[in-house]
Amino acid sequence: MAYSSFLQMNEEFSLLIVMISLLVFDIFATEKSMRYFQPLALVLFTLHTVINCIPRDAFEVAGGMFHYVPMQTYVKTILNIGTLIILLQAHQYLNDEANRIKKGEFYFLTLSTLLGMYFMISAGNFLMFFIGLETASIPMSTLVAFNKTDHKAAEAGAKYILSAVFASSISLFGMSLIYGTTGTLYFNEIATVFTGTSLQMMAFVFFVVGLFFKISLVPFHLWTPDVYEGSQTNITSYLSVISKGAAVFVLFTLLVKVFPKIITEWQHILYGLAVLSITVANLFAIRQQNLKRFLAFSSISQAGYILLAIISGTALGMASLVYFVLVYMFSNLAVFGVLSVIEQRTKKVLMSDYNGLYQTNPKLSIVMMIALFSLAGIPPFAGFFSKFFIFSAAVQQGFYVLVFIALLNTIISLFYYLLVIKAMFIDVNDAPIEKLESDFPAKISFVICTLGILIVGLISSFYNQIAVFSFGI
Amino acid sequence: MGDLLINFLSGPVPIEAYLGVSLIMFFAGVYGFLSRKSLLMILISVELMLNAADINFIVFNRYLYPGHMEGFFFALFTIAIAACETAVAIAIIINIYRNLSSVQAGELNQMKE
Repeated sequence: MAYSSFLQMNEEFSLLIVMISLLVFDIFATEKSMRYFQPLALVLFTLHTVINCIPRDAFEVAGGMFHYVPMQTYVKTILNIGTLIILLQAHQYLNDEANRIKKGEFYFLTLSTLLGMYFMISAGNFLMFFIGLETASIPMSTLVAFNKTDHKAAEAGAKYILSAVFASSISLFGMSLIYGTTGTLYFNEIATVFTGTSLQMMAFVFFVVGLFFKISLVPFHLWTPDVYEGSQTNITSYLSVISKGAAVFVLFTLLVKVFPKIITEWQHILYGLAVLSITVANLFAIRQQNLKRFLAFSSISQAGYILLAIISGTALGMASLVYFVLVYMFSNLAVFGVLSVIEQRTKKVLMSDYNGLYQTNPKLSIVMMIALFSLAGIPPFAGFFSKFFIFSAAVQQGFYVLVFIALLNTIISLFYYLLVIKAMFIDVNDAPIEKLESDFPAKISFVICTLGILIVGLISSFYNQIAVFSFGI
Repeated sequence: MGDLLINFLSGPVPIEAYLGVSLIMFFAGVYGFLSRKSLLMILISVELMLNAADINFIVFNRYLYPGHMEGFFFALFTIAIAACETAVAIAIIINIYRNLSSVQAGELNQMKE
């Protein structure tokens, strides 16, 4: 094995270079030159996104431990764009007097989480997968507890890390049983010998629990609302978009690539989880007053919709999953961006605080309205098309009842998304949130998100590009 | 029954004995995670679960697939990762102690519906 084959891992190496140069800059920069830190970070990361956005031919590194297929470039690019938007939105937060000193840590932790997700996505072996999973979740827990003096953040951090370690140790136990029954850790070798004996089924169930926890599907979702509420808003958006997006893609590839022989069994499991996640999360979302908790439940129900793409197990399902994640990223990040601007200046997160927002902040309200419409799936916006593709992928495999339940739930979700819109546009308020001026990077992020929501749905070449490579899982 | 016990004690340790230990360790960890009140005890219970998985890897490798080293290496990597997790978790628990002057799980009730 030639060591030069490692150089094929372009995405990982360029991200590592960005991380290390930012770390070195952070260590050696003087007080005065630290004001160039964020522009430098954003430029470097944009560069990294741009040079890695073209798919290459499939290859393997380290004897199949690292397995690249062209589809992964799209997923990684989506994660890159999402991270870039979050870094733009976090610009204001990191310039606060209290947080200025922690800039370097914020970037380094965010990017190392991203690196872990890269390895998790490209893994071809359970060891690589586990290391990627942990590299993604350990820095994430420090990010959740990033506001050291905030009680809520400390509480959220503890809840996140303890339940994350619990889930990953169950997952690890499952992996050990998979190793015991098959004698190998490589995905392609396991696929041929994993026939679904009773011990193997137990191993499979233990193993997928770790991923279900990451995606926060309903029986494993109890940490989600608390962690979302307690952590800083930009980090909440990172948790709900980037971390979840990577995990659903990995779940799909693992189920199709490693466990193809027990497809009927895992389809049964996913069926139940999809119905539970969509319904329970929708019903809980209706009664939330805190918008961050509200979005937590909304993201759980969106994860339930994503399961409809996974359950099909086909190339169409793959394409619609990646497309759904792309659209979900733009819509959710727009909502979280508005939330973070308002929370940053006024510390208000309750839905009643948003009454009459349109009178004082028309632009923010319109961005939020477009994003919520897209999340609910109203036709001109991209959210409609992404839901449409997901439903068609599930219908193609004959899951009519499941799609019907999901459609009914879309109506419930429309109700609670409209509650927020009603608060902003119709409800009157004697003392609405005063007029806010968002900073320049946040404005750029809103423009990117709004354009994304409008364009990705209407121009079909995005979906077609994704569909071209969707078989190669 | 007596013969069985003598066979069991005099012969080499069968694989089931090791797997029994690891299974008991794992579910003791699960029970501890769910029932303990102190955050530190919860952390220790999780460590028990991780170590149970490590024992499984090593035993499977030693008894069933002695030609390879995959299980041993997986266990080594897991030990390192578990150390990282413990370090971060303890840092967060210390932060909680600074904020709340307590490490009881029941005190973490700022956010609830």
